[in-house]
Amino acid sequence: MSGLVEGFVFPNEHHIHWSLMIVTYPYITGIIAGAFIVSSLYHVFHVKALKPVSRFALVFALAFGFCCTWPLLNHLGRPERCFNIMLTPHPTSAMAGFGFIYSAYMVVLLLEILFLYRGVFAKLLPQTTGFKATLYRLLTFGNQDLSPATLQFDHKVTSWLALIGIPMACILHGYVGFIFGSVKAVEWWSTPLMPIIFLLSACVSGISGIILGYLFVHWVKGRAVDEECLSSLVKYLWGFLIIDVVFELLEVGVHAYLRKESWHHLHELLFGPLYVSFWVMQVFIFSFIPLVVLGVLSLANVRGKALQYLSAISSIMLLIQVYCMRWNVVVGGQMMSKSGRGFVFYHPEFFEKEGILPTIIILIAPIIILFVLSKIFPLWLGTEEVKTYKK
Amino acid sequence: MNKGRRKFLGYLLKGAAGSLYWVLPMPVKVPLQLPGILRDEKYDPEAHEYVFLVDINRCIGCGSCCVADKREYQVPDGQYRTWVERYLIAEGGEVYVDSPKGALKGYPEPREIDKPIRDAFFVPKLCNMCEEPSCVQVCPVGATFKTDDGFVLIDYKRCIGCSYCVQACPYGVRFIHKERRTADKCTWCYHRVRRGLLPACVNACPTGARKFGDLRDENSEVAQILKSSEPLGVLKPDMGTKPRLKYLHLRQEVI
Repeated sequence: MSGLVEGFVFPNEHHIHWSLMIVTYPYITGIIAGAFIVSSLYHVFHVKALKPVSRFALVFALAFGFCCTWPLLNHLGRPERCFNIMLTPHPTSAMAGFGFIYSAYMVVLLLEILFLYRGVFAKLLPQTTGFKATLYRLLTFGNQDLSPATLQFDHKVTSWLALIGIPMACILHGYVGFIFGSVKAVEWWSTPLMPIIFLLSACVSGISGIILGYLFVHWVKGRAVDEECLSSLVKYLWGFLIIDVVFELLEVGVHAYLRKESWHHLHELLFGPLYVSFWVMQVFIFSFIPLVVLGVLSLANVRGKALQYLSAISSIMLLIQVYCMRWNVVVGGQMMSKSGRGFVFYHPEFFEKEGILPTIIILIAPIIILFVLSKIFPLWLGTEEVKTYKK
Repeated sequence: MNKGRRKFLGYLLKGAAGSLYWVLPMPVKVPLQLPGILRDEKYDPEAHEYVFLVDINRCIGCGSCCVADKREYQVPDGQYRTWVERYLIAEGGEVYVDSPKGALKGYPEPREIDKPIRDAFFVPKLCNMCEEPSCVQVCPVGATFKTDDGFVLIDYKRCIGCSYCVQACPYGVRFIHKERRTADKCTWCYHRVRRGLLPACVNACPTGARKFGDLRDENSEVAQILKSSEPLGVLKPDMGTKPRLKYLHLRQEVI
């Protein structure tokens, strides 16, 4: 963990405290928030084209939601005291809200999923046996009523929960940006643009994740891809990406134009140790190429295999772009010594506690959880699409 | 038993008991170094206002303060509650700073620089005990707090080791203690001060570069200096943290 240094850094700074885990944590919350927004586009804003992914997006968010705290717990020096953050929260700390915001968001998300699936479970129950049937009975809370009035009520509650969920998802992730943006001691972080950039990149990573997941499952299962839905997702992704890239560059632009004392140090960072991961990777390769590709896909209204392949490639690139952005913010900020005269380098090792292997595990776990959840929650069926069979 | 022998045995026992007095560790009365704090009297934290002064012109970079500090707290290797930086300023204005091992071994070797040097000095660093501490502001569990007498301390039993305070401190004085796995930093030896003793580093400083005292005690050296026209400064004043740690003869190059 202790890295190389360049120039003079304070003696306690030879060690980067916020490691890969803290790069991964906002990455996961971003995906959760972005996926939720995709689902809300259908449930609240009635974007009909997104109906095929509206349920998948919610379960996708839930799967990542389960793993959201893992990187944090692995990072804490004293993980056994983690509940202190809710038992003795310190009102002036931006971080103290985490436990409450995260728990409240998960409750809303779970409730929304349960109300959304109650009808589906009720319809599926007659054709289900064994453990799954018991589980469905539990998840419907014993209410298997399928009268139009009850289904209407479910729909109403789902819409309201989705509505409440939008600001909560935004808070869950915007607040992560605030955690960084409010640290005045780190020049690269302290800008009011930080929460906005985090939110926008969250939408980008969330939509990318949904596109990729949707295409992957449909390819593997050999099902037909709903092109209207995919095309809409691509357009939303393009839109969010444009605003995201603009704000990311605006942030650097503001620092550069202000030319405060800190800029001279920051300039050395951006055109020195962070050059490749920021300019080459985050900006040129993984932002500009998808920006152009998605633009062509949206404007030329491309369909067919080209739409599928190009949107999948763009999504992969954007998932990397957002990870680069998290890395450049979290690690970049710590690379600048508070002495203003040097840099610390961070090269995570593969097997260390907060290294590359744990990160891979934490990023793969939600996909496994999603697979397990998909066995319980039918990802692609609407209540009205479930065929009822009599036993 | 005859009387003589009994008497002799009595002397022997008393003698043995007496010599134990010299062998057994007994509480030692250390003379007070900070006037106004008596061990038997009730301590009123609001009646004190402590300041730490560092006179840059007096520091010789011997590192005694760092050694005293490491001994006082058993600070793990590679972590520093206090350290001393060496500044060399060339005639052209270039600044050269280093602090090998936080100056634990002092500066036995001069730093070779090919340019003519116009100024050379040492800057001891420690907790700034800010009046508006950003570390206290960001601590999510309230483990870092400010006492009524102005000390910023850490409750090691409550700290979760999230490192947010490490990020928030503009002075880089905080670290995550390797063994304790919680945040740690200089405390200006609060446990000593409350017993009327000077901080360990102040005690060890051979030149009086580190000064500590109560501003409410008008006769204290710190109060006298603060009232005088001596050039005083704080680190990173634009951070708005209002440090209680003040530097005498602070150069503008020091960050």
